[in-house]
Amino acid sequence: MKIIEKAQLMSAAEIDRTLQRLAHEIVEKSGGTKHLALIGIRRRGVPLAQRIAQAMRGIDGVEVPVGTLDITLYRDDLSKVAPQAVLQSSDITFGVDGMNLVLVDDVLYTGRTIRAAMNGLFDLGRPQRVSLCVLIDRGHREMPIEAQFTGRVVQTSDTEIIEVRLREIDNEERVVLVDRVE
Amino acid sequence: MKEVVTYRFRDLLALEPLSAAELTFLLDQSKPFQEIQRHPLKKLATLRGKTVALAFFETSTRTRISFGTAASRLGADTMNLQAEASSLKKGETLLDTAFNLNAMKPDCLVMRHAASGAPDYVARHLDIPVVNAGDGTHEHPSQGLLDALTIRDRKGTIENLHVTILGDLSHSRVARSNIHLLGKFGCRFTLCGPAMWVPRELEHIAPGTSIRSVYKIEEALEDADVIIMLRVQTERQHEPSISANDYIHGYQLNAERLKRAKPDALVLHPGPMNRGIEITPEVADGPQSCVLEQVTNGVAVRMAILYLLIAGDAGDGTHPAAQSPGTPTAHNRRATDRAADASVLKGKDC
Repeated sequence: MKIIEKAQLMSAAEIDRTLQRLAHEIVEKSGGTKHLALIGIRRRGVPLAQRIAQAMRGIDGVEVPVGTLDITLYRDDLSKVAPQAVLQSSDITFGVDGMNLVLVDDVLYTGRTIRAAMNGLFDLGRPQRVSLCVLIDRGHREMPIEAQFTGRVVQTSDTEIIEVRLREIDNEERVVLVDRVE
Repeated sequence: MKEVVTYRFRDLLALEPLSAAELTFLLDQSKPFQEIQRHPLKKLATLRGKTVALAFFETSTRTRISFGTAASRLGADTMNLQAEASSLKKGETLLDTAFNLNAMKPDCLVMRHAASGAPDYVARHLDIPVVNAGDGTHEHPSQGLLDALTIRDRKGTIENLHVTILGDLSHSRVARSNIHLLGKFGCRFTLCGPAMWVPRELEHIAPGTSIRSVYKIEEALEDADVIIMLRVQTERQHEPSISANDYIHGYQLNAERLKRAKPDALVLHPGPMNRGIEITPEVADGPQSCVLEQVTNGVAVRMAILYLLIAGDAGDGTHPAAQSPGTPTAHNRRATDRAADASVLKGKDC
């Protein structure tokens, strides 16, 4: 099986502009930054959440807390995906009770990751509200889950993969559509 | 591409055969479970539908409760076998008992036995992962791991420390697991206790590790970074032992003696403690004592062990590591490299 790159969906500048817009949307819809916190889903949701928080600093001058969540233990497909899924640490140092939490991830696909993330969050307490922010929504949902804040909606086929490459993790900054061909 | 180190054994029978990288992986994987101990809701569904058999052919309180708690916090069910209530008393062989437990289809067997090597023997005949929860005077791997985790949390490292182990070393599987683990990180050891409890053979159990025996506690504590206390094990002693008064006089860890160690030296004890015998309450409850952290970390370490050994089983009874179920295989079988294929983790995209 070969993996070929079909198209570039976003450049570094486009990613940056999109995150700026998402930061504005979140602050607007939340009526400010009170009780607001971002939770980045490992791995690529984490740098995205940090960048959105940084953008919010420019809007409201307020430091919005950012936590990270590793959803491995909450997956429903542990035995199918990897015999030993390597665990990363979650790091949420603030209390989630009564908070307005925004989950941040790179790509929304089946919705199973978000289902797992919500299970993880509710083990920490009872947030007032949980919403979802993703850079790309590629469709093919298997759960009744939608994003409230979406960078871009992309129509994809089952064999295609969207790769969000971020400088913090991948040493490059762009979003590409790749395809698996036999 | 950087090689990803994972735990690739099917069982956890001993720490001796593990590399420093594999041990570090096990300690790192315990960290997320330490966080879960601090959550208001501590129960996960990760191992829902899985069953852990706890077979304690030798009495245990802490380790059995710790493994049971670890299993239930992962969402697994447990089946319990205790020596006093078991058919072993009625003459059943160890292997028959193991086969009968296995016939109830657990996904993992956690086992303690008075005979060194018993878990290894059972593991060679079963097709499920076996965890050694202490075998005779051989090893107690989960205790070695939780001690190392406790030391690493407090000191920030487990490298190149001077570790003093005090007490009944001849009967101690805890000491052996500690030496095999910490020795791989450059720690050097001073063993101390009454002469009949400190066999010189111990100095050679981990080639490449500096181990010396001394018989005076003052000398043993000099310059120590970590002091690991061992319980006086009356149940494993056949020869005449030292009187309590003589032990207190010669080997009790009290505040005065503790001053000889480094000012930030840690005091560990696997429990149960004999307060007033091997350790004074002042030291046991003092700021250098880690005994309760050890207990908390024990649950996290055991959650990590059960998670690593059970998650990833295809659910049809064939663990990826069990290449030919039912047939005896080599000591400490390695899983197939499927486990190391970290690329499947990378393309999460869902």
